[in-house]
Amino acid sequence: MSQITKTTYQLPIGPIHPALKEPVMFKFEIDGEKIIAVDVELGHVHRAIEWTGMRRNPIQIIYLAERICGICSFVHPMAYCRAVENACNIQVPERADYLRVVHGELERIASHLLWAGVAAHEIGFDTVLFLTWEMREKVLDLIEYLTGNRVTKAILMIGGVRRDIKPENIPKIKETLEYFKENYKKLSHVFLDDKTFKMRSQGCGILTYEDALRLCAVGPTTRASGVKKDVRVDQPYAAYSDLDVDYMTPDKRTGEINGDVYDRIIVRLLEVKQSIELIERAVDQMPTGDIMSEPKIPKLLNYIKKTAGEGIGRDEAPRGEVIHYIKFDGVNEQPFTWKVRASTYANILPWIPMLKGQQIADISIVAASTDPCMSCTNRVTIIDKNKKYMLDKEQLHKLSVEKTRRLMR
Amino acid sequence: MRFSMLGPVFKQMFKKPWTNKFPAKYQPNNTTKYLADVASGKIKINPPVPTPDGFRGKIKYDKEKCIGCKLCIKVCPCNAIEFKENEKKIKVYLARCCFCSQCNDICPVSCLSMSDEFLLSDADPYSKDLIVE
Repeated sequence: MSQITKTTYQLPIGPIHPALKEPVMFKFEIDGEKIIAVDVELGHVHRAIEWTGMRRNPIQIIYLAERICGICSFVHPMAYCRAVENACNIQVPERADYLRVVHGELERIASHLLWAGVAAHEIGFDTVLFLTWEMREKVLDLIEYLTGNRVTKAILMIGGVRRDIKPENIPKIKETLEYFKENYKKLSHVFLDDKTFKMRSQGCGILTYEDALRLCAVGPTTRASGVKKDVRVDQPYAAYSDLDVDYMTPDKRTGEINGDVYDRIIVRLLEVKQSIELIERAVDQMPTGDIMSEPKIPKLLNYIKKTAGEGIGRDEAPRGEVIHYIKFDGVNEQPFTWKVRASTYANILPWIPMLKGQQIADISIVAASTDPCMSCTNRVTIIDKNKKYMLDKEQLHKLSVEKTRRLMR
Repeated sequence: MRFSMLGPVFKQMFKKPWTNKFPAKYQPNNTTKYLADVASGKIKINPPVPTPDGFRGKIKYDKEKCIGCKLCIKVCPCNAIEFKENEKKIKVYLARCCFCSQCNDICPVSCLSMSDEFLLSDADPYSKDLIVE
Protein backbone atom coordinates (compact mmCIF):
# COMPACT_ATOMS: atom_id res chain seq x y z
CA MET A 1 0.00 0.00 0.00
CA SER A 2 1.29 3.39 -0.93
CA GLN A 3 1.44 5.88 1.87
CA ILE A 4 -1.27 8.50 1.99
CA THR A 5 0.31 11.94 2.03
CA LYS A 6 -1.22 15.16 3.24
CA THR A 7 -2.14 17.16 0.24
CA THR A 8 -3.90 20.37 -0.74
CA TYR A 9 -6.49 20.72 -3.46
CA GLN A 10 -7.06 23.31 -6.10
CA LEU A 11 -10.39 25.06 -6.39
CA PRO A 12 -10.90 27.23 -9.45
CA ILE A 13 -13.71 29.78 -9.27
CA GLY A 14 -14.62 31.78 -12.35
CA PRO A 15 -14.18 33.32 -14.89
CA ILE A 16 -17.96 32.99 -15.01
CA HIS A 17 -19.47 31.86 -11.74
CA PRO A 18 -22.84 32.47 -10.05
CA ALA A 19 -21.12 33.99 -6.99
CA LEU A 20 -19.24 36.54 -9.06
CA LYS A 21 -20.93 39.58 -10.50
CA GLU A 22 -18.28 40.09 -13.14
CA PRO A 23 -15.80 37.78 -14.86
CA VAL A 24 -12.65 37.18 -12.84
CA MET A 25 -10.71 33.99 -12.29
CA PHE A 26 -9.66 32.82 -8.82
CA LYS A 27 -7.40 29.85 -8.25
CA PHE A 28 -7.50 28.70 -4.65
CA GLU A 29 -5.20 26.23 -2.97
CA ILE A 30 -7.31 24.69 -0.23
CA ASP A 31 -6.70 22.39 2.69
CA GLY A 32 -10.13 21.22 3.81
CA GLU A 33 -12.09 24.44 4.26
CA LYS A 34 -9.06 26.65 4.71
CA ILE A 35 -7.53 28.71 1.95
CA ILE A 36 -3.75 28.32 1.73
CA ALA A 37 -2.91 30.31 -1.40
CA VAL A 38 -4.79 32.50 -3.85
CA ASP A 39 -4.09 33.51 -7.39
CA VAL A 40 -6.19 36.03 -9.31
CA GLU A 41 -6.34 36.13 -13.06
CA LEU A 42 -7.74 39.11 -14.88
CA GLY A 43 -8.37 40.04 -18.46
CA HIS A 44 -11.75 38.53 -19.25
CA VAL A 45 -13.66 41.73 -19.95
CA HIS A 46 -11.20 43.75 -21.93
CA ARG A 47 -13.09 46.20 -24.15
CA ALA A 48 -10.29 48.23 -25.77
CA ILE A 49 -11.70 51.51 -24.47
CA GLU A 50 -8.36 53.34 -24.56
CA TRP A 51 -7.71 52.18 -28.10
CA THR A 52 -11.15 53.42 -29.15
CA GLY A 53 -10.54 56.70 -27.36
CA MET A 54 -7.34 57.35 -29.24
CA ARG A 55 -9.40 57.45 -32.44
CA ARG A 56 -11.95 60.00 -31.23
CA ASN A 57 -11.98 63.68 -30.49
CA PRO A 58 -11.86 64.97 -26.89
CA ILE A 59 -15.61 65.64 -26.70
CA GLN A 60 -16.51 62.15 -27.87
CA ILE A 61 -14.17 60.62 -25.28
CA ILE A 62 -16.16 62.15 -22.41
CA TYR A 63 -19.06 59.86 -23.26
CA LEU A 64 -16.76 56.92 -23.81
CA ALA A 65 -15.13 57.49 -20.41
CA GLU A 66 -18.60 57.57 -18.91
CA ARG A 67 -19.11 54.03 -20.11
CA ILE A 68 -15.96 52.58 -18.54
CA CYS A 69 -18.02 51.86 -15.46
CA GLY A 70 -21.75 51.98 -14.94
CA ILE A 71 -21.49 52.92 -11.27
CA CYS A 72 -18.62 55.44 -11.52
CA SER A 73 -20.21 57.13 -14.53
CA PHE A 74 -19.42 60.55 -13.12
CA VAL A 75 -15.93 60.02 -11.71
CA HIS A 76 -14.33 58.59 -14.85
CA PRO A 77 -15.33 61.47 -17.18
CA MET A 78 -14.48 63.85 -14.32
CA ALA A 79 -10.93 62.48 -14.06
CA TYR A 80 -10.70 62.58 -17.85
CA CYS A 81 -11.92 66.19 -18.04
CA ARG A 82 -9.51 67.20 -15.31
CA ALA A 83 -6.66 65.57 -17.22
CA VAL A 84 -7.59 67.53 -20.35
CA GLU A 85 -7.97 70.74 -18.33
CA ASN A 86 -4.54 70.08 -16.85
CA ALA A 87 -3.00 69.42 -20.26
CA CYS A 88 -4.55 72.46 -21.96
CA ASN A 89 -4.58 74.91 -19.03
CA ILE A 90 -8.33 75.39 -18.87
CA GLN A 91 -9.70 77.11 -15.79
CA VAL A 92 -12.97 75.77 -14.42
CA PRO A 93 -15.45 78.37 -13.08
CA GLU A 94 -16.07 78.21 -9.36
CA ARG A 95 -19.74 77.35 -9.62
CA ALA A 96 -18.90 74.40 -11.87
CA ASP A 97 -16.49 73.16 -9.20
CA TYR A 98 -19.27 73.13 -6.62
CA LEU A 99 -21.66 71.42 -9.05
CA ARG A 100 -19.03 68.76 -9.64
CA VAL A 101 -18.84 68.13 -5.90
CA VAL A 102 -22.63 67.75 -5.65
CA HIS A 103 -22.79 65.23 -8.49
CA GLY A 104 -19.67 63.37 -7.34
CA GLU A 105 -21.00 62.94 -3.83
CA LEU A 106 -24.44 61.85 -5.07
CA GLU A 107 -22.66 59.17 -7.01
CA ARG A 108 -20.68 58.13 -3.94
CA ILE A 109 -23.91 57.70 -1.95
CA ALA A 110 -25.46 55.64 -4.77
CA SER A 111 -22.36 53.48 -5.09
CA HIS A 112 -21.87 52.84 -1.37
CA LEU A 113 -25.55 52.00 -0.89
CA LEU A 114 -25.41 49.63 -3.84
CA TRP A 115 -22.34 48.02 -2.31
CA ALA A 116 -23.99 47.74 1.11
CA GLY A 117 -26.93 45.96 -0.49
CA VAL A 118 -24.66 43.57 -2.37
CA ALA A 119 -22.66 42.85 0.78
CA ALA A 120 -25.87 42.04 2.66
CA HIS A 121 -26.95 39.80 -0.20
CA GLU A 122 -23.59 37.99 -0.16
CA ILE A 123 -24.05 36.92 3.45
CA GLY A 124 -27.66 35.98 2.79
CA PHE A 125 -29.41 38.92 4.48
CA ASP A 126 -31.68 39.83 1.60
CA THR A 127 -34.12 42.00 3.55
CA VAL A 128 -31.30 44.52 4.05
CA LEU A 129 -30.58 44.40 0.33
CA PHE A 130 -34.07 45.75 -0.28
CA LEU A 131 -33.79 48.35 2.48
CA THR A 132 -30.56 49.79 1.05
CA TRP A 133 -31.71 49.63 -2.53
CA GLU A 134 -34.90 51.46 -1.62
CA MET A 135 -32.67 54.29 -0.43
CA ARG A 136 -30.52 54.01 -3.52
CA GLU A 137 -33.65 54.38 -5.64
CA LYS A 138 -34.20 57.81 -4.05
CA VAL A 139 -30.61 58.82 -4.92
CA LEU A 140 -31.11 57.72 -8.49
CA ASP A 141 -34.38 59.68 -8.64
CA LEU A 142 -32.52 62.79 -7.50
CA ILE A 143 -29.74 62.15 -10.02
CA GLU A 144 -32.34 61.78 -12.77
CA TYR A 145 -34.01 64.99 -11.64
CA LEU A 146 -30.75 66.93 -11.76
CA THR A 147 -29.03 65.42 -14.80
CA GLY A 148 -31.79 63.94 -16.95
CA ASN A 149 -30.75 60.32 -16.63
CA ARG A 150 -30.32 57.80 -13.84
CA VAL A 151 -26.97 56.28 -14.70
CA THR A 152 -25.21 57.81 -17.69
CA LYS A 153 -25.46 61.39 -16.58
CA ALA A 154 -23.76 63.18 -19.51
CA ILE A 155 -23.24 66.18 -17.26
CA LEU A 156 -19.53 66.86 -17.64
CA MET A 157 -17.82 69.00 -20.20
CA ILE A 158 -14.19 69.97 -20.51
CA GLY A 159 -13.97 73.19 -18.51
CA GLY A 160 -17.20 72.89 -16.57
CA VAL A 161 -20.52 71.10 -16.34
CA ARG A 162 -23.36 71.06 -18.84
CA ARG A 163 -26.44 71.60 -16.69
CA ASP A 164 -26.90 73.95 -13.79
CA ILE A 165 -28.81 73.43 -10.54
CA LYS A 166 -31.56 76.03 -10.66
CA PRO A 167 -33.02 77.66 -7.52
CA GLU A 168 -36.29 75.77 -8.07
CA ASN A 169 -34.40 72.46 -7.88
CA ILE A 170 -33.04 73.10 -4.40
CA PRO A 171 -36.21 72.20 -2.38
CA LYS A 172 -36.24 68.72 -3.90
CA ILE A 173 -32.53 68.24 -3.08
CA LYS A 174 -33.12 69.36 0.51
CA GLU A 175 -36.13 67.09 0.83
CA THR A 176 -34.19 64.06 -0.41
CA LEU A 177 -31.28 64.84 1.89
CA GLU A 178 -33.68 64.93 4.84
CA TYR A 179 -34.98 61.52 3.80
CA PHE A 180 -31.41 60.18 3.68
CA LYS A 181 -30.57 61.54 7.12
CA GLU A 182 -33.64 59.90 8.60
CA ASN A 183 -33.01 56.58 6.90
CA TYR A 184 -29.27 56.66 7.49
CA LYS A 185 -29.89 56.11 11.21
CA LYS A 186 -32.01 53.05 10.45
CA LEU A 187 -29.42 51.72 8.04
CA SER A 188 -26.43 52.20 10.28
CA HIS A 189 -28.34 50.56 13.12
CA VAL A 190 -29.02 47.48 10.99
CA PHE A 191 -25.48 47.27 9.63
CA LEU A 192 -23.47 48.10 12.71
CA ASP A 193 -25.49 46.68 15.59
CA ASP A 194 -27.01 43.58 14.04
CA LYS A 195 -25.62 40.28 15.26
CA THR A 196 -25.78 38.66 11.80
CA PHE A 197 -23.42 41.22 10.28
CA LYS A 198 -21.05 41.11 13.22
CA MET A 199 -20.87 37.32 13.11
CA ARG A 200 -19.93 37.22 9.46
CA SER A 201 -17.75 40.28 9.15
CA GLN A 202 -15.79 40.72 12.37
CA GLY A 203 -12.31 39.21 12.16
CA CYS A 204 -12.91 38.16 8.58
CA GLY A 205 -10.73 39.18 5.60
CA ILE A 206 -8.20 41.16 7.60
CA LEU A 207 -5.92 43.57 5.75
CA THR A 208 -3.27 44.90 8.10
CA TYR A 209 -1.98 48.48 8.06
CA GLU A 210 1.40 47.31 6.75
CA ASP A 211 -0.15 45.20 3.97
CA ALA A 212 -2.43 48.05 2.93
CA LEU A 213 0.58 50.34 2.62
CA ARG A 214 2.77 47.76 0.93
CA LEU A 215 0.17 46.72 -1.65
CA CYS A 216 -0.96 50.31 -2.32
CA ALA A 217 -4.62 49.69 -1.63
CA VAL A 218 -6.88 52.69 -2.26
CA GLY A 219 -10.19 54.10 -1.13
CA PRO A 220 -12.37 52.68 1.63
CA THR A 221 -10.36 49.42 1.56
CA THR A 222 -7.21 51.17 2.71
CA ARG A 223 -8.96 53.58 5.05
CA ALA A 224 -10.54 50.63 6.85
CA SER A 225 -7.00 49.45 7.62
CA GLY A 226 -6.16 52.81 9.14
CA VAL A 227 -4.18 54.28 6.25
CA LYS A 228 -5.13 57.93 5.88
CA LYS A 229 -5.37 58.22 2.13
CA ASP A 230 -8.04 60.19 0.30
CA VAL A 231 -7.47 62.29 -2.80
CA ARG A 232 -10.17 64.72 -1.66
CA VAL A 233 -8.00 65.63 1.33
CA ASP A 234 -4.49 64.96 0.05
CA GLN A 235 -4.80 66.86 -3.20
CA PRO A 236 -8.13 68.65 -3.07
CA TYR A 237 -9.75 69.09 -6.47
CA ALA A 238 -13.01 70.82 -7.47
CA ALA A 239 -14.39 72.59 -4.40
CA TYR A 240 -13.31 70.04 -1.79
CA SER A 241 -10.71 72.40 -0.37
CA ASP A 242 -13.50 74.77 0.71
CA LEU A 243 -15.69 72.08 2.18
CA ASP A 244 -13.66 70.64 5.05
CA VAL A 245 -13.38 66.96 4.15
CA ASP A 246 -11.75 64.51 6.55
CA TYR A 247 -10.42 60.94 6.29
CA MET A 248 -13.05 58.43 7.33
CA THR A 249 -11.39 55.70 9.34
CA PRO A 250 -13.30 53.11 11.42
CA ASP A 251 -11.85 54.36 14.72
CA LYS A 252 -14.17 57.37 14.38
CA ARG A 253 -17.01 55.11 15.42
CA THR A 254 -15.56 52.14 17.27
CA GLY A 255 -12.29 53.62 18.53
CA GLU A 256 -10.19 50.80 17.12
CA ILE A 257 -8.90 49.65 13.73
CA ASN A 258 -9.00 45.98 12.79
CA GLY A 259 -8.96 46.16 9.00
CA ASP A 260 -11.64 43.47 8.67
CA VAL A 261 -14.83 43.39 6.61
CA TYR A 262 -16.77 45.00 9.47
CA ASP A 263 -14.42 47.98 9.39
CA ARG A 264 -14.91 48.34 5.66
CA ILE A 265 -18.68 48.42 6.22
CA ILE A 266 -18.20 51.14 8.88
CA VAL A 267 -16.00 53.24 6.59
CA ARG A 268 -18.50 53.12 3.74
CA LEU A 269 -21.42 54.00 5.99
CA LEU A 270 -19.47 56.89 7.53
CA GLU A 271 -18.72 58.09 4.02
CA VAL A 272 -22.39 58.04 3.10
CA LYS A 273 -23.02 60.36 6.06
CA GLN A 274 -20.07 62.53 5.08
CA SER A 275 -21.35 62.78 1.52
CA ILE A 276 -24.81 63.85 2.68
CA GLU A 277 -23.22 66.65 4.73
CA LEU A 278 -20.92 67.63 1.86
CA ILE A 279 -23.82 67.99 -0.57
CA GLU A 280 -25.73 70.06 1.95
CA ARG A 281 -22.78 72.40 2.46
CA ALA A 282 -21.96 72.60 -1.25
CA VAL A 283 -25.56 73.52 -2.13
CA ASP A 284 -25.60 76.23 0.57
CA GLN A 285 -22.21 77.74 -0.26
CA MET A 286 -22.55 77.56 -4.04
CA PRO A 287 -21.46 80.85 -5.64
CA THR A 288 -23.21 82.30 -8.69
CA GLY A 289 -21.54 82.56 -12.06
CA ASP A 290 -20.80 80.63 -15.22
CA ILE A 291 -20.83 76.86 -15.36
CA MET A 292 -18.62 76.47 -18.41
CA SER A 293 -15.36 78.19 -19.21
CA GLU A 294 -15.99 77.97 -22.95
CA PRO A 295 -19.62 77.42 -23.97
CA LYS A 296 -18.76 77.33 -27.69
CA ILE A 297 -17.75 73.74 -28.24
CA PRO A 298 -16.19 74.12 -31.74
CA LYS A 299 -13.92 76.82 -30.31
CA LEU A 300 -12.98 74.56 -27.40
CA LEU A 301 -12.23 71.66 -29.75
CA ASN A 302 -10.07 73.90 -31.90
CA TYR A 303 -8.16 75.14 -28.88
CA ILE A 304 -7.47 71.60 -27.63
CA LYS A 305 -6.38 70.56 -31.12
CA LYS A 306 -3.73 73.27 -31.21
CA THR A 307 -2.43 72.59 -27.71
CA ALA A 308 0.40 70.13 -27.19
CA GLY A 309 0.90 68.78 -23.72
CA GLU A 310 0.13 66.09 -21.22
CA GLY A 311 -2.12 66.11 -18.23
CA ILE A 312 -3.17 63.96 -15.35
CA GLY A 313 -6.47 63.81 -13.50
CA ARG A 314 -6.71 62.22 -10.05
CA ASP A 315 -10.08 61.70 -8.47
CA GLU A 316 -11.49 59.97 -5.44
CA ALA A 317 -14.00 57.53 -6.88
CA PRO A 318 -16.32 55.66 -4.51
CA ARG A 319 -13.86 52.75 -4.68
CA GLY A 320 -10.67 54.77 -4.37
CA GLU A 321 -8.32 56.79 -6.45
CA VAL A 322 -8.83 56.84 -10.21
CA ILE A 323 -6.15 58.27 -12.51
CA HIS A 324 -6.52 59.39 -16.11
CA TYR A 325 -3.50 60.40 -18.12
CA ILE A 326 -3.75 62.12 -21.48
CA LYS A 327 -1.32 63.49 -24.02
CA PHE A 328 -2.02 65.70 -27.04
CA ASP A 329 0.53 66.21 -29.79
CA GLY A 330 -0.80 69.59 -30.94
CA VAL A 331 -1.46 68.42 -34.50
CA ASN A 332 -4.20 65.84 -34.32
CA GLU A 333 -7.56 66.24 -32.72
CA GLN A 334 -7.35 62.73 -31.26
CA PRO A 335 -5.23 62.30 -28.14
CA PHE A 336 -1.80 60.77 -28.62
CA THR A 337 -2.26 58.61 -25.51
CA TRP A 338 -5.05 58.03 -23.06
CA LYS A 339 -4.42 55.88 -20.03
CA VAL A 340 -6.91 54.95 -17.34
CA ARG A 341 -6.10 53.40 -14.02
CA ALA A 342 -9.30 52.46 -12.27
CA SER A 343 -9.39 52.07 -8.52
CA THR A 344 -10.11 48.34 -8.41
CA TYR A 345 -6.77 47.66 -10.07
CA ALA A 346 -4.99 48.74 -6.89
CA ASN A 347 -7.41 46.75 -4.76
CA ILE A 348 -6.81 43.37 -6.44
CA LEU A 349 -3.52 42.49 -4.74
CA PRO A 350 -4.90 43.09 -1.21
CA TRP A 351 -7.27 40.19 -1.90
CA ILE A 352 -4.39 37.78 -1.44
CA PRO A 353 -3.57 38.57 2.22
CA MET A 354 -7.30 39.04 2.91
CA LEU A 355 -8.30 35.63 1.60
CA LYS A 356 -5.44 33.60 3.05
CA GLY A 357 -6.51 31.53 6.01
CA GLN A 358 -10.21 32.18 5.41
CA GLN A 359 -12.89 29.61 4.72
CA ILE A 360 -14.35 28.92 1.30
CA ALA A 361 -17.71 30.32 2.41
CA ASP A 362 -16.08 33.67 3.17
CA ILE A 363 -14.68 34.14 -0.32
CA SER A 364 -17.65 36.05 -1.70
CA ILE A 365 -18.04 38.50 1.18
CA VAL A 366 -14.28 39.13 1.42
CA ALA A 367 -13.96 39.64 -2.33
CA ALA A 368 -17.04 41.87 -2.34
CA SER A 369 -15.72 43.92 0.57
CA THR A 370 -13.27 45.79 -1.67
CA ASP A 371 -16.19 46.66 -3.98
CA PRO A 372 -14.47 45.24 -7.06
CA CYS A 373 -15.36 46.45 -10.52
CA MET A 374 -13.80 44.21 -13.10
CA SER A 375 -14.87 45.98 -16.27
CA CYS A 376 -13.05 49.12 -15.18
CA THR A 377 -9.90 47.21 -14.43
CA ASN A 378 -9.19 45.23 -17.54
CA ARG A 379 -6.75 47.28 -19.55
CA VAL A 380 -4.06 45.23 -21.26
CA THR A 381 -4.63 42.10 -23.27
CA ILE A 382 -2.40 41.31 -26.18
CA ILE A 383 -4.02 39.90 -29.27
CA ASP A 384 -1.75 38.75 -32.01
CA LYS A 385 -3.14 36.94 -35.04
CA ASN A 386 -6.34 36.11 -33.14
CA LYS A 387 -4.32 34.48 -30.36
CA LYS A 388 -4.79 35.98 -26.94
CA TYR A 389 -1.97 35.79 -24.45
CA MET A 390 -0.60 37.61 -21.46
CA LEU A 391 3.00 38.56 -20.94
CA ASP A 392 5.02 37.28 -18.00
CA LYS A 393 8.11 38.81 -16.51
CA GLU A 394 10.67 37.04 -18.69
CA GLN A 395 8.83 37.90 -21.88
CA LEU A 396 8.47 41.52 -20.84
CA HIS A 397 12.18 41.68 -20.07
CA LYS A 398 12.98 40.13 -23.44
CA LEU A 399 10.74 42.66 -25.19
CA SER A 400 12.38 45.49 -23.31
CA VAL A 401 15.88 44.32 -24.28
CA GLU A 402 14.74 43.99 -27.88
CA LYS A 403 13.40 47.51 -27.87
CA THR A 404 16.64 48.93 -26.46
CA ARG A 405 18.57 47.17 -29.22
CA ARG A 406 16.16 48.44 -31.83
CA LEU A 407 16.52 52.01 -30.61
CA MET A 408 20.33 51.73 -30.47
CA ARG A 409 20.53 50.73 -34.07
CA MET B 1 -29.66 43.19 18.49
CA ARG B 2 -30.78 40.13 16.68
CA PHE B 3 -33.91 41.19 14.84
CA SER B 4 -33.15 44.76 13.85
CA MET B 5 -34.81 44.25 10.47
CA LEU B 6 -38.09 42.99 11.91
CA GLY B 7 -39.65 46.45 12.29
CA PRO B 8 -38.99 47.59 8.71
CA VAL B 9 -40.16 44.22 7.38
CA PHE B 10 -43.52 44.47 9.15
CA LYS B 11 -43.95 48.06 8.02
CA GLN B 12 -43.19 47.00 4.48
CA MET B 13 -45.96 44.42 4.57
CA PHE B 14 -48.63 47.09 4.90
CA LYS B 15 -47.15 49.64 2.53
CA LYS B 16 -48.37 50.18 -1.00
CA PRO B 17 -46.01 48.61 -3.53
CA TRP B 18 -43.58 51.00 -5.15
CA THR B 19 -43.77 49.41 -8.54
CA ASN B 20 -45.86 51.29 -11.06
CA LYS B 21 -47.58 48.61 -13.11
CA PHE B 22 -46.81 49.89 -16.56
CA PRO B 23 -48.26 49.37 -19.15
CA ALA B 24 -50.78 46.84 -17.77
CA LYS B 25 -51.62 45.89 -14.21
CA TYR B 26 -51.42 42.18 -15.00
CA GLN B 27 -49.83 40.28 -17.84
CA PRO B 28 -52.49 40.09 -20.58
CA ASN B 29 -53.40 36.64 -21.86
CA ASN B 30 -52.76 37.68 -25.40
CA THR B 31 -50.17 40.44 -25.79
CA THR B 32 -50.80 41.03 -29.49
CA LYS B 33 -54.53 41.38 -28.90
CA TYR B 34 -53.88 43.71 -25.95
CA LEU B 35 -51.67 45.94 -28.11
CA ALA B 36 -54.24 45.96 -30.88
CA ASP B 37 -56.92 46.95 -28.37
CA VAL B 38 -54.74 49.77 -27.07
CA ALA B 39 -54.14 50.97 -30.62
CA SER B 40 -57.86 50.99 -31.41
CA GLY B 41 -58.63 52.78 -28.14
CA LYS B 42 -60.66 50.00 -26.47
CA ILE B 43 -58.36 49.74 -23.43
CA LYS B 44 -56.33 52.42 -21.76
CA ILE B 45 -52.81 51.66 -20.58
CA ASN B 46 -51.63 52.30 -17.07
CA PRO B 47 -49.70 55.58 -17.34
CA PRO B 48 -45.91 55.53 -16.78
CA VAL B 49 -44.10 57.46 -14.05
CA PRO B 50 -43.76 61.00 -15.42
CA THR B 51 -40.31 61.90 -16.69
CA PRO B 52 -38.48 64.81 -15.03
CA ASP B 53 -37.67 68.10 -16.78
CA GLY B 54 -34.53 67.79 -18.81
CA PHE B 55 -35.12 64.12 -19.51
CA ARG B 56 -33.28 63.03 -22.62
CA GLY B 57 -35.54 60.94 -24.82
CA LYS B 58 -36.04 60.52 -28.56
CA ILE B 59 -34.37 63.27 -30.59
CA LYS B 60 -36.61 65.79 -32.37
CA TYR B 61 -35.27 67.24 -35.58
CA ASP B 62 -36.45 70.43 -37.24
CA LYS B 63 -35.50 69.82 -40.85
CA GLU B 64 -36.38 73.30 -42.08
CA LYS B 65 -34.01 75.01 -39.66
CA CYS B 66 -31.01 72.72 -40.34
CA ILE B 67 -28.19 74.35 -42.29
CA GLY B 68 -26.15 71.20 -42.85
CA CYS B 69 -23.04 72.35 -40.99
CA LYS B 70 -22.12 68.78 -39.90
CA LEU B 71 -21.05 69.91 -36.41
CA CYS B 72 -23.33 67.35 -34.76
CA ILE B 73 -21.69 64.58 -36.78
CA LYS B 74 -18.31 65.77 -35.54
CA VAL B 75 -19.16 65.46 -31.83
CA CYS B 76 -21.54 62.48 -31.83
CA PRO B 77 -19.80 59.88 -29.61
CA CYS B 78 -21.38 56.87 -31.29
CA ASN B 79 -21.51 57.90 -34.96
CA ALA B 80 -25.29 57.76 -34.93
CA ILE B 81 -25.73 60.63 -37.37
CA GLU B 82 -25.47 60.28 -41.13
CA PHE B 83 -25.17 63.17 -43.59
CA LYS B 84 -27.35 63.12 -46.69
CA GLU B 85 -25.14 64.68 -49.34
CA ASN B 86 -27.78 65.67 -51.92
CA GLU B 87 -30.21 67.22 -49.46
CA LYS B 88 -27.56 68.61 -47.06
CA LYS B 89 -29.60 67.30 -44.14
CA ILE B 90 -28.93 64.72 -41.45
CA LYS B 91 -30.36 61.35 -40.52
CA VAL B 92 -30.17 60.09 -36.90
CA TYR B 93 -30.14 56.36 -36.19
CA LEU B 94 -31.65 56.08 -32.73
CA ALA B 95 -30.52 52.48 -32.35
CA ARG B 96 -26.98 53.82 -32.06
CA CYS B 97 -27.80 57.03 -30.17
CA CYS B 98 -26.57 57.21 -26.56
CA PHE B 99 -28.85 60.14 -25.63
CA CYS B 100 -26.09 62.44 -24.42
CA SER B 101 -27.68 65.47 -26.17
CA GLN B 102 -24.25 66.76 -27.22
CA CYS B 103 -25.60 67.41 -30.74
CA ASN B 104 -28.29 69.64 -29.19
CA ASP B 105 -25.64 71.72 -27.43
CA ILE B 106 -23.40 72.19 -30.44
CA CYS B 107 -26.12 72.94 -33.03
CA PRO B 108 -25.72 76.61 -34.03
CA VAL B 109 -29.37 76.98 -35.11
CA SER B 110 -30.93 74.74 -32.37
CA CYS B 111 -32.72 72.49 -34.82
CA LEU B 112 -32.25 69.44 -32.58
CA SER B 113 -33.96 68.88 -29.23
CA MET B 114 -34.72 66.02 -26.86
CA SER B 115 -38.33 64.95 -26.35
CA ASP B 116 -39.62 62.94 -23.39
CA GLU B 117 -40.51 59.91 -25.49
CA PHE B 118 -38.76 56.85 -24.09
CA LEU B 119 -40.59 53.83 -25.49
CA LEU B 120 -38.12 53.11 -28.23
CA SER B 121 -37.63 49.36 -28.27
CA ASP B 122 -38.10 47.66 -31.59
CA ALA B 123 -37.24 44.33 -33.15
CA ASP B 124 -35.61 46.00 -36.11
CA PRO B 125 -32.86 48.57 -35.37
CA TYR B 126 -33.50 50.27 -38.72
CA SER B 127 -37.27 50.49 -38.41
CA LYS B 128 -39.02 53.71 -39.30
CA ASP B 129 -39.60 54.69 -35.66
CA LEU B 130 -35.91 54.55 -34.87
CA ILE B 131 -34.71 56.81 -37.65
CA VAL B 132 -35.14 60.55 -37.30
CA GLU B 133 -34.82 62.58 -40.45
